[in-house]
Amino acid sequence: MGATKTDERQETVATLGPFGECPLPIFEHPQIVLGHGSGGKLSAELIEKVFVSRFRNSTLEKMDDQAVLEIGGVRLAFTTDSFVVTPIFFPGGDIGSLAVNGTVNDLAMGGAKPLYLAAAFILEEGLPAADLARVVDSMARAAQSAGVQLVTGDTKVVNRGKGDKVFITTTGIGVVDRGTLLSADRARPGDKILLSGYIGDHGITILSQRENLEFESALESDCAALNGLVGTMLDAAAGTVEGFRVMRDPTRGGVATVLNEIASRSRVGMVLRENEIPVRDSVRGACEMLGLDPLYVANEGKLVAIVAPEIADRVLAAMQRHPLGAESCVIGEVVEQHAGMVLMKTSVGGTRVVDVLFGEQLPRIC
Amino acid sequence: MKYLDEYRDGPIAAKLVERIKRAQTKPWVIMEVCGGQTHSIVKNGIDQLLPKGVELVHGPGCPVCVTPLEMIDKAHAIARRPEVIFCSFGDMLRVPGSDGDLFSIKSQGGDVRVVYSPLDCLKIAQANPEKQVVFFAIGFETTAPANAMLAWQARQMGMKNVSLLVSHVLVPPAIEAVLSSPLNRVQGFLGPGHVCAVVGYTEYEPLAERFHVPIVVTGFEPLDILEGVLMVVEQLESGRAVVENQYSRVLARGGNHPARERIAKVFEVGDRKWRGVGMIPQSGLQLREEFRDLDAEHRFNVQAIDTMEPAVCIAGQILQGIKKPHDCPAFGTECTPQHPLGATMVSAEGACAAYYAYGRHLKDADLVTIGANGNGRN
Repeated sequence: MGATKTDERQETVATLGPFGECPLPIFEHPQIVLGHGSGGKLSAELIEKVFVSRFRNSTLEKMDDQAVLEIGGVRLAFTTDSFVVTPIFFPGGDIGSLAVNGTVNDLAMGGAKPLYLAAAFILEEGLPAADLARVVDSMARAAQSAGVQLVTGDTKVVNRGKGDKVFITTTGIGVVDRGTLLSADRARPGDKILLSGYIGDHGITILSQRENLEFESALESDCAALNGLVGTMLDAAAGTVEGFRVMRDPTRGGVATVLNEIASRSRVGMVLRENEIPVRDSVRGACEMLGLDPLYVANEGKLVAIVAPEIADRVLAAMQRHPLGAESCVIGEVVEQHAGMVLMKTSVGGTRVVDVLFGEQLPRIC
Repeated sequence: MKYLDEYRDGPIAAKLVERIKRAQTKPWVIMEVCGGQTHSIVKNGIDQLLPKGVELVHGPGCPVCVTPLEMIDKAHAIARRPEVIFCSFGDMLRVPGSDGDLFSIKSQGGDVRVVYSPLDCLKIAQANPEKQVVFFAIGFETTAPANAMLAWQARQMGMKNVSLLVSHVLVPPAIEAVLSSPLNRVQGFLGPGHVCAVVGYTEYEPLAERFHVPIVVTGFEPLDILEGVLMVVEQLESGRAVVENQYSRVLARGGNHPARERIAKVFEVGDRKWRGVGMIPQSGLQLREEFRDLDAEHRFNVQAIDTMEPAVCIAGQILQGIKKPHDCPAFGTECTPQHPLGATMVSAEGACAAYYAYGRHLKDADLVTIGANGNGRN
């Protein structure tokens, strides 16, 4: 058999032809795989093929984290999000605070003042009632702290094994009371890319709590409501809010995924500087050990803002004065070249592409 | 961050590049053997820093890429069985076999788990005594000690529900295959740092002598790689061809004796197929006779699976340093990590996947402009 192989190889060398036909199966999943929920290319493909194609409308096509709708002369932001985190309690938060803050943040990223939430719970048979009470207490505190009211909801219970303790869906509504026009297609060459602090804290905290990963760290999730920070930023740009192009909270898929979405929708390029991107040593250490890249790790209390160069200094200074933005910095610029592609100047002086992940970020073997 | 930033320092990198430029008078082709090195080179943009006369080509050292398709099909056949918990290193999950990948098997109800250490399989097996726990033991010499330890401990603990699907490969026979190819262009090697940390580099000395090629055992951080390149270039320019150790902070000539002993107790050398390359004699490890009952191929009767490799993609030539990803007409168009045509696009460590993820802008005429823009604050 060895000889056959060698012959084949030589033949390949000799007859290198066009690549019209694919020797391996084209890779399409007949079932939903975990990667479809990763925020990467598989998620994007699923959303486009299954959902957008069926519900197509001008608001949905913007593909922002919230819809901004004008109703009776008032601009409202409207969004929904489901939370399925394991474990449900983790350092720095729990599924309850996450569910409130996540939806508050999606509203805030549209320039809205978040007002009201709805919450739907899917509970697994056997969930300790005390755990549920703890989750709901946490939601109440988070809602109060973010200045929103939970005004309606729903509860369902599923058989043991058909859920995972508790799943929460929150839906939020807020009012866009300034002239902001935030959307992922508004980035322009020359704009600055602002980041509100250390990346990767949430994702690495969750990883460190999983049963099969035995590393300890003092890390905490950065889970927080960002509407206060956003308000401060918009105040600082008062009168020139059109300079605010895009705001996003880099949750699953991390900063890299969010920036790629913006670059692609705005048809611009981006250049980041690796040295300017703040990553805690503990997060870097864990990422090095596990073969992960912090640029793709989830955050739950950070935002990325693309702003016009004229207002960048003012906005950055305001962010740095806010407790949730003390480590804010400029991590790069929007450029005209290589539209749709995010590049990064590495710490040793090279340049590389920061791509969208295909599916889940997988640890490398060595 | 300590022990990392020291090896990623921009100004020191610039000095090393300067020294390489001064040392190099003729064009040289250098192969980095490890997938980890390829990943670091492309992720940090190191190949762009080197002078034009120093060409880096990417070697066969990506364990996921060289695992043959038939072995992946065997893994999938086992993972589909209802009584099996199939454990694997993470980046093996997306490698397509003839019918789907481990992610799809998981979505169809298979119990597929990512482990960071092979020894995690013991805990999983203890917690699930009614299940058969199978570990996909792939990799080079680097992963061999931990994989051997799994077999060893499973035996010591008398565990009947643990087995290993072994597809272990060795670096020196692959280097020999590259150098023996009539198409070979490689004149010097960055040797595999982590492999040599386990087994040492005495085996590389006869190769350096026989083929008259410098081999510098090199680490994985940007400055390691630049220093390794400098050491190879200096040898090439002065006509020397010996094994040198750039990675002395980690390894010694003899390697790690307890690790070598453990490997030798559990595994023996045998023939292995390499994906994209073919059969290389005496190029892999298999379980010794005493451990053969832990061999998942026998336990689940999958020896007969013998999938033919597709013969279209140029992965074989890329793994041997004959071609680069950009030379392939399918690269980045028909062949992407989403729809891989071949081995080197499959794993994050594969040369094509690394080029796709980090280096596909290099085809752009914009590169100079990009560099100028990005230079701002460095």
